[in-house]
Amino acid sequence: MNNKLKILPLILGVTALLVCMAATSCKGKTKGKEAKVTEETVSADEQTMEQIKSAEKVFNALPTPLEVAQLIKEAGAKFDVTLLNPVENKSNYTTSKSMALNLGIYVCDLSFASMYDETSLLVNYMQAAEDMATGLGIIDAIDEGTIEKLEQNINNRDVIMEIVSETFLNSQAYLEDDEQHAVAATIIAGGFIEGLYISTHMVDMKNFKGNKLVKTIADQKMSVDDLIRLLETYNENTAIQELLGPIRELKTIFDKVERSTTPASTKYDDKTGVTEITGAAMSEIKQDVFLAIKEKVGDIRNIYVK
Amino acid sequence: MKQFVQIFLVTLLLALMTSGEATAQCKGFAKSLCKKELGAYLHDGNYHAAILVEGEEAELYKTFYSDMEYRVAICGADGMPPIEFTVFDATGKVLYSNKDQELSGIWDFKLEASQQLKIAVKVTTFGTRSELPVSGCVAIMFGFKTK
Repeated sequence: MNNKLKILPLILGVTALLVCMAATSCKGKTKGKEAKVTEETVSADEQTMEQIKSAEKVFNALPTPLEVAQLIKEAGAKFDVTLLNPVENKSNYTTSKSMALNLGIYVCDLSFASMYDETSLLVNYMQAAEDMATGLGIIDAIDEGTIEKLEQNINNRDVIMEIVSETFLNSQAYLEDDEQHAVAATIIAGGFIEGLYISTHMVDMKNFKGNKLVKTIADQKMSVDDLIRLLETYNENTAIQELLGPIRELKTIFDKVERSTTPASTKYDDKTGVTEITGAAMSEIKQDVFLAIKEKVGDIRNIYVK
Repeated sequence: MKQFVQIFLVTLLLALMTSGEATAQCKGFAKSLCKKELGAYLHDGNYHAAILVEGEEAELYKTFYSDMEYRVAICGADGMPPIEFTVFDATGKVLYSNKDQELSGIWDFKLEASQQLKIAVKVTTFGTRSELPVSGCVAIMFGFKTK
């Protein structure tokens, strides 16, 4: 009994240290074998060194709604407001999954509205995004202050885009720090699908050949792979499992997009300080494949926006 | 026995409070300090930050698009050793290493053709073996130029 009492503080200390370490291991998938710990043999120092050896964090980054909106605008596509998810639909979203997906969708719509200077839409879409964030329990991502700032700067596109960027960052950071990685991934998936839906529906089929927007959409083949990798990280989550099915079907169609690559090299521009990564990587998409992607994305999106 | 249980509970509470504070600081660090490094580039809205310790590595995979001009900013919290980062293409070829640029935390680039790149980040070490390794927040942020 006495011996047990003597080692009790050590056991308690090591246990507390382990809890602390488990709680501070941030987002990202950790690879490698788990450290095996016994009370008698492990000091705090050894424990930390073991963590260094085994921990390796992997992030999968997808194009965010703002990036997609910029890409599409860059491709010269004309904006069509009817493609957005009407804000009136927001009351239909009552589950965590539908709120997370539609938070991504509304932030994407907001990104398009800000990128295309559709100022009359901004406040309502920000309000819809706020409702979704509040429903998910995301604190401080969007608040009345955000909406006020938006209203005060309604004609200042740079400030508006900064607010949209901050909104997405706040939501992601809150969820990642709160260990709600699957919800964060669902928001990203919602935003990505909405961006793909809007972009595929903006393509003028009469000008399919040589269309810059079509090339941009074909390039999304790599991001669909990134999305699947991200979602698979959390495939023990039921909502993610349900999402993965149709997105894998979408990937099957995207797999028909042909990509040819030649080795990359770099060229530094002294004047601008920008490095250009050269090397050809061409994406080739046939019209029937494009139409199949457009249809599939529409099917996926319509499940979640109704 | 009762005293030991009390010690345990207090230690546990302190440990949890410290860890919560660390993640909250990471979020604040990424938002208020690292984001500034993007300068005139618009932050894309993504959040990639984690508490890393000396010698630890992280990898990030992202597809970058042609016709866009990007800046990557990689920052370590105060008191952390310098952060190394290397950018690879899909074949594993090194396109950039900040070791050749005095461990600069930012890199501006654009692409002739869209492609997926890997960014490998490594926290260097102070090299002092007598003390516990330093840990802190490391953030990876991307911005792009708007026209």
